[in-house]
Amino acid sequence: MPSFRDPALARSLLAAIAEMAAHIDRVITFMEFCGGHTHAIMQSGIRQALPANVRLLSGPGCPVCVTNQQEIDQAIALAGLPGVTLTTFGDMMRVPGTTETLQQAAARGADVRVVYSPLDAVTLAEHHPEREVVFLGVGFETTAPGVAAAMQTARARGVPNFSVFSMHKYTPPAMRAILDAGEVRLDGVIGPGHVSTIIGLRAWEFLPREYGIPVVVAGFEPVDILLAMKMLVAQVVAGEAWAANGYRRSVRPQGNPVALGMMAKVFEPVDAPWRGFGELPASGMGVRAAWREFDARARFILPDVPSREPPGCRCGEVLRGIMEPPACPLFGRACTPARPLGPCMISDEGACAAHYLYSEWVVVS
Amino acid sequence: MCLAVPAKILAITPDQLATVDFGGVQRVISVQLLPEARVGDYVLIHTGFAIGVIDETEAQETLTMLAEMDRLAKD
Repeated sequence: MPSFRDPALARSLLAAIAEMAAHIDRVITFMEFCGGHTHAIMQSGIRQALPANVRLLSGPGCPVCVTNQQEIDQAIALAGLPGVTLTTFGDMMRVPGTTETLQQAAARGADVRVVYSPLDAVTLAEHHPEREVVFLGVGFETTAPGVAAAMQTARARGVPNFSVFSMHKYTPPAMRAILDAGEVRLDGVIGPGHVSTIIGLRAWEFLPREYGIPVVVAGFEPVDILLAMKMLVAQVVAGEAWAANGYRRSVRPQGNPVALGMMAKVFEPVDAPWRGFGELPASGMGVRAAWREFDARARFILPDVPSREPPGCRCGEVLRGIMEPPACPLFGRACTPARPLGPCMISDEGACAAHYLYSEWVVVS
Repeated sequence: MCLAVPAKILAITPDQLATVDFGGVQRVISVQLLPEARVGDYVLIHTGFAIGVIDETEAQETLTMLAEMDRLAKD
């Protein structure tokens, strides 16, 4: 039995895509929303294997990358407050704040711990009642239900010294922002597979309905991505636009209702700032008043620090799909995964990191 | 951040914790977000939570359909 990494199936899908694309007399562009897809596409060499008139563009689906500079600075400032233990997923550690990173703050003595799960942060708080344990909530709909569940667990276990600094975001508003801006012309969207495992295929039906473009949700193996691309090209050839499921083993039309319920119980839509986009209406997950005791924004006075994005960093334009990473003057010169200047070069979902690690590029000195 | 890894459920406790096997590495995760998960299911794990059951029948059907398409293309 073949697998979703089977080279023969991948070649067969590529051939089918090439055959259909030969009937299209223009360049067609698909955006892969998710940074996980960007990495899988670069790593497997799909980008280079596509027909010349089929282009892929990276989207804003990298939670660390889209986190606004001031919130990063506030998170770093939180780590410096007396009595605070800051817990975070690992990829926030090296994101540059205006003056330092979390890693540098930790080196100066701030208590910063990397956790695998938000539940680990609750357990840490339980074991250290003398500390204020704050969890940095970064992530889309894939991540937020687990953070909501951790808050519910803290309440059930009576852990008053746990709180969440929510920078969580909803994905559809960012897709809308890109299409509303009209800076890029898209012929289709590769929908995020794990976000859609939670929010369901139906959450993307607005793309064909309101914007007239097809969307196919995809898994993360090479065959999954090529299958979704073939389904998109077929829609373009047929002049159709609908929301289709290319990741049937994981994504259901309605998503995961329990996870959605958990997320809705704790979080509500609020206007939120995104790197590259500015403030997007109803795009952030604010902690509901009923869960205020676990809301770090209500619990601490966050310093109003003068924030500044890394000088010269074009991460915001990369996230909007209007600049390819190698076109940034800093790419591969001043900015590398070993010495990253901006979040797109740090995160495992960042487009700059994917291009640096997996594509052939030349530094002109 | 949206990375999710498949694992097989080995055991589930009454307090919604489960022992899962990631192809050799075992870990305890939460099935709070996936109460329908059963021992023997393959599930997607993200940040210590099972977020979805992997439908093995759907997986096989997709692969069979692709293999058939490949065979027809080569005929």
